[in-house]
Amino acid sequence: MSNFTKEEVQYYANFARIDMPDAEAQKFADRLDTLLEFTDRLKEIDTTNVAQMTHPLTITNVLREDKPADILDRDDMLKSVEDHEDGMIKVPNILD
Amino acid sequence: MAVNKTASELQSLLHSRELSVKELTEETLKTIKETDGPIQAFLTVTETEALQAADQLDSLPDAERGLLFGMPIGIKDNIITKGIRTTCASKMLENFVPVYEGTVTERVKDSGMVIVGKLNMDEFAMGSTTEHSAFQKTHNPWDLDRVPGGSSGGSAAAVAAGQVLYSLGSDTGGSVRQPAAFCGVVGMKPTYGRVSRSGLVAFGSSLDQIGPITKTVEDNAMLLSAIAGSDYRDASASEKAVPDYRSALTGDIKGLKIAVPARYLGEGVQPEVRDAVKTAIGVLESLGAHVDEIDLSYSRYSAPTYYVISSAEASSNLARFDGIRYGYHPADAKNLNEIYLRSRAEGFGDEVKKRVLYGTYALSAGHHEDLYERAQKVRSLIAQDFQDVFRDYDVIVGPTSATNAYKLGETIKDPLTLYANDLLTTPMNLAGIPAISVPCGFAEGLPVGLQIIANHFEEPLLYKVAHAYEQATEFHKQTPPAREGN
Amino acid sequence: MNFETIVGLEVHVELKTDTKIFSPAPAHFGAAPNMNIHPTDLAYPGTLPTMNKQAIDFGMKASMALNCDIARTMNFDRKHYFYPDNPKAYQISQDDRPVGANGWIEIEVDGYKKKIRIERVHLEEDAGKLTHADGGYSLVDLNRQGTPLIEIVTEADIRTPNEAYAFLEKLKAIIQYTGVSDVRMEEGSLRCDANISLRPYGQEEFGTKTELKNLNSFNFVRRGIANEVERQEKVLLSGGKIVQETRRYDEATGQTVLMRVKGSANDYRFINDPDLSEVIIDEDWIERVKREIPELPDARKARYVNDLGLPAYDAHVLTLTKEMSDFFDETVSAGADAKLASNWLMGEVSAYLNSEGKELSETPITPAGLASLVKLIADGTISSKIAKKVFKELAENGGDAGQIVKDKGLVQISDEGTLRTVIGEILDKNEQSIEDYKNGKDRAVGFLVGQVMKATKGQANPPMVNKLLLDEISKR
Repeated sequence: MSNFTKEEVQYYANFARIDMPDAEAQKFADRLDTLLEFTDRLKEIDTTNVAQMTHPLTITNVLREDKPADILDRDDMLKSVEDHEDGMIKVPNILD
Repeated sequence: MAVNKTASELQSLLHSRELSVKELTEETLKTIKETDGPIQAFLTVTETEALQAADQLDSLPDAERGLLFGMPIGIKDNIITKGIRTTCASKMLENFVPVYEGTVTERVKDSGMVIVGKLNMDEFAMGSTTEHSAFQKTHNPWDLDRVPGGSSGGSAAAVAAGQVLYSLGSDTGGSVRQPAAFCGVVGMKPTYGRVSRSGLVAFGSSLDQIGPITKTVEDNAMLLSAIAGSDYRDASASEKAVPDYRSALTGDIKGLKIAVPARYLGEGVQPEVRDAVKTAIGVLESLGAHVDEIDLSYSRYSAPTYYVISSAEASSNLARFDGIRYGYHPADAKNLNEIYLRSRAEGFGDEVKKRVLYGTYALSAGHHEDLYERAQKVRSLIAQDFQDVFRDYDVIVGPTSATNAYKLGETIKDPLTLYANDLLTTPMNLAGIPAISVPCGFAEGLPVGLQIIANHFEEPLLYKVAHAYEQATEFHKQTPPAREGN
Repeated sequence: MNFETIVGLEVHVELKTDTKIFSPAPAHFGAAPNMNIHPTDLAYPGTLPTMNKQAIDFGMKASMALNCDIARTMNFDRKHYFYPDNPKAYQISQDDRPVGANGWIEIEVDGYKKKIRIERVHLEEDAGKLTHADGGYSLVDLNRQGTPLIEIVTEADIRTPNEAYAFLEKLKAIIQYTGVSDVRMEEGSLRCDANISLRPYGQEEFGTKTELKNLNSFNFVRRGIANEVERQEKVLLSGGKIVQETRRYDEATGQTVLMRVKGSANDYRFINDPDLSEVIIDEDWIERVKREIPELPDARKARYVNDLGLPAYDAHVLTLTKEMSDFFDETVSAGADAKLASNWLMGEVSAYLNSEGKELSETPITPAGLASLVKLIADGTISSKIAKKVFKELAENGGDAGQIVKDKGLVQISDEGTLRTVIGEILDKNEQSIEDYKNGKDRAVGFLVGQVMKATKGQANPPMVNKLLLDEISKR
C-alpha cells in the first residue's frame, strides 16, 4: 500500500521549507508510508468523549510580573548572524 | 588513578584537600583524551573552560563547597552551554555558540561541578543508536562493535567508559533510559516538569525531560537533587519542593507493591533480557516486595501515539532553524526562500527530515483531527491506564529495552522487537511519569537494564527501589573492557 | 446601486505593557534596532516563552470594554508560518479559546445608531519589523517581536465606508479609555485590515471577499473600502468574478492593488502550545479587572447631554479621547460654564494642539487655568478677543487667567469717557473715512472700529465702541 506520492511529499516539504528534489521525495515517500501504516492503528480506538492531553501535568496560570529582565546584548546577537547592517539582520528579499 | 575512584571517595579527597579540583579536572581531561579515540563519546572537550572553572572552585572556602563540589560532568549536546558550542549533533548547529545560559547548566555550575565537554547524540535527539549524529558514531564501551543506544548515547558511553562519573542526557521517548541500559549505567527520566527544560533544545516539548546518567543510584539521586526544581524561565517546571533524594536510599522495600505488565516481558523481548529481568524481579521479591502481573492495555498504542505527537511537536520546534539568525546558512543563496529551503535541506539529516515531514503531515488540514488530535486523546487513555495501576501498586517494573545493544550499522527490522522497544520506553513520556534504568545483568555479555516506573513526583520511591536492588547485586561494580584496554 | 456592501474588520491593537507578552524584554516603541530583545525573542534553541500577567489583564480589560464574554479557561496556540520577522516560524496566538468573544459596540453615523458585533478578541504576539532596503534585501529588527497584541475581529456587520470609520473611531476611543493601548495608527499601535464583499440586495449568502491591507489612517480605511467596493462593482457588473485575494490600498493613487491571491498555500497547523500553561480566569480576577475600567465614552456622552445640557455633537467630540474628556470634566468641576468650556476645548484649544502637534498633557494648560479663563469671559471681564491673547499665554506658560489679565493690564475698557476720548482722536485723524461713511460707504465704520481697537491694544469693549463711534460721527 502506498499513500504518499512524490508530489505529496513535496507538498508537505514545502510547508516545512525543506528543499525536496524528486529523488529525495521518492525516498521519503517510502519512509513516510511505513510510519503512516504504523500510526494508522490509532484509528482502531474509540476516542469518543476522550479529552485531548496537551500537557502532561495540570499546571495553570503560570504568569510573570511585567518587569524587564535578561536583555540580550545586540552585539552578542549579531555574532551568529550571517550578514547585518545598522544593527539589523540582513536578509535577501522574498524574490530575487 | 583518580578516575578509578568512586564519587564519594573523590568527594572526600576534595573536601580534605588531598586532591584539588584542578588535579581532578586535569586527570579527567587526560582520561578523555586517552579513551575517547575508540569510544567517540565527546563532540567537544572544553579543556580551557574546565580548567578555568577548576581554578575558581579551588579558591572557594569550605563553606561554599557543596556535595557535588569539583565533580566533572559531561553534557549532552542538546543542552545549551553559554560560550561553548552546542550542536545537537547537527550540521544545522555545527558552529552555534550560545550567548545565553540555560537553567540546568546554571544549576550544574552552581553546585560546583565542572563541565568537561559536550556529548554525542542522535541529531536533535531523534534516534536510539546515536548513529544519527551528523559528526561521529559513538561506540559502546562494552563492545566497540555495538551502539551505545540513543539518543543520549554519548552521555551513557562516557559514564560507562569511566570518562566522567556524571552526565546529563535528555529523554523524549526513552533517550536516557535505553542508552543507560545498553551501557550498563544508571539513567533517570524524571517526572515531566521536575527539571526545567530551559536550555534543552526542544524536540517534543510535552515529552522532553533532562535526566542524569551515573554509575550508581546514589550519584544519580545527588545530581537530580542539584538540577531539579521550579524555574521562572520554564512555565512547565513544577513548583513542588524538591526532596533530598539521597535520604530515600534506605534499602528498605518491604511490603512494596510491584506490578509487572505481561506485555513488558512478552513477544519481541530477547530471552536473555527476559531472564535477567525475571531474576531481578526475584531479587526485589526476596527483599520483601510483592509482585503481581498486570495488564496495561492502552500502552500497546503508545508507539504510534508517541510518533504522531513527538513528530508534530518536532515539526513545530525545529521550524526556527531557518538559517537567518543563527545556524547553517547556505552559500550564495539568491533569495529568501532559497535560504529557507537549502538551510533546512542541507542542515538537517534524513531522520530529522523524516520526522519533521511526518509531523507537518499530521498537523496539516485533513489529518489534524484524525492523527494529531486522535493521538492526543489516546495519550489521555494511556496516562489514565497508569493512574489506574498506581491506585493499587507502588511501582511498575520491566526491562528498559527489549534487547541488548545493537550492532553498529544493524537495522532492526523485526517489527516485534521494534514494537517492544517503543512499548517499553515511550508510555512514560506520554504520561509524564518518572522511570529509572539500573543495570540488572548481562545478555550475551552485554548489559541489561531493569526499568522501574512510578507515579508523578515519586522519584524518591524510584531511587529507593533502585538503590535497594543495586545494593543487593553486584552489577553496578562491573566495568566494561574498553576502559582497561586503553 | 445594485449591491449591498459587506465589510468585516480585523483590528490589531498593541498593548502598552512594560515587557513583551512572552519574554521579559522591554516593549517600548522607538528604541534603536534590536535593543529591546531577549533570547526568547530570537527563538534561540532552548529558550521558552513566559506569560506576562499584565498582558492578560489588558486583554481582559479591552474585551470587557467591548462588551465581550470573558473566557473562563483559555490557552495559547502556535500558528505556523515562515517569515524573517517571525523567528520561531510560529506565532503564539489564540485559536479556539480567545480571551473575549461575542461583544459589540454601538456606533452613530449619518444620523442613525447601529450595533457592530465583535466576534472575538484574542491575545497574541506581534512580529518583528522588516524594512525593505534598496538593493534587493531587507533588514530585520526584532524590537517589536513579542509585543502583546489583541486582535479584534468584527462580524460582517459593516455596510458603508462611513460605518467602518465610525467603528474605528469608537473602538479607538474605548480602547484608549481603558488605558491598555496608545492606539496610535501612525506608530502602528493600531492596525486595521478590512474584508470586503458585495452581494445583490436581497441575497442572503455573502459574495467572495477580498482582504484589504495597508490602511494607514481611518480616512484611508474609508477611502480604501469605498474604492474596493467600486472596483468589485465594476467587475461584477461586467460579468466578472471576484477572486479571493489580498489587496493593498495605494495612498498615492487612491486605488486598491493586488498583493497576492489566497490559495491553499497557507495551513497554519495550530497546536496548543505545550510551553505555556492553561489560564483559568475566575470571578475574582474578572471583578478586579472590571473595577479598573473607567467610565467609558458612551456613559460620559450621555452624562454631558443629560446632566450638562451639551449638544450631542459637543458630547461626541469631547469624548473622543479620555484625555480631553477628563480635562473637560475637571474644567467644569473648577467652576467653568460647561458650554463655554466645551466651545473653548473644541475650538481654540484643539486648534492650538493641532498646530503645535501636541497632546493636552504636553502643554502647561490645566483645567483650573482654562476654567479661570472661561469665567472671565462669562462675567465680561475680558472680551473673546482678549481671551485669545490670554489663552496664548496660558498655553505657553500656564498659570491663572485672572493673574495674566492683571499683569498685562488686559482688562476690557468699558468706560464711556475713556472710549469717547480715544474715538475722538481717531476721528480727527481720519476725516476721509467720515466722509466715506457719510457718502454711504458702510465699510468705513469697520475700518474705524479697527483703528480704535488697535489704539486700545484690543482692550476696548467692541459693542460699546461700535455704538459710541456712530454717535461721535453723527456729531461731526
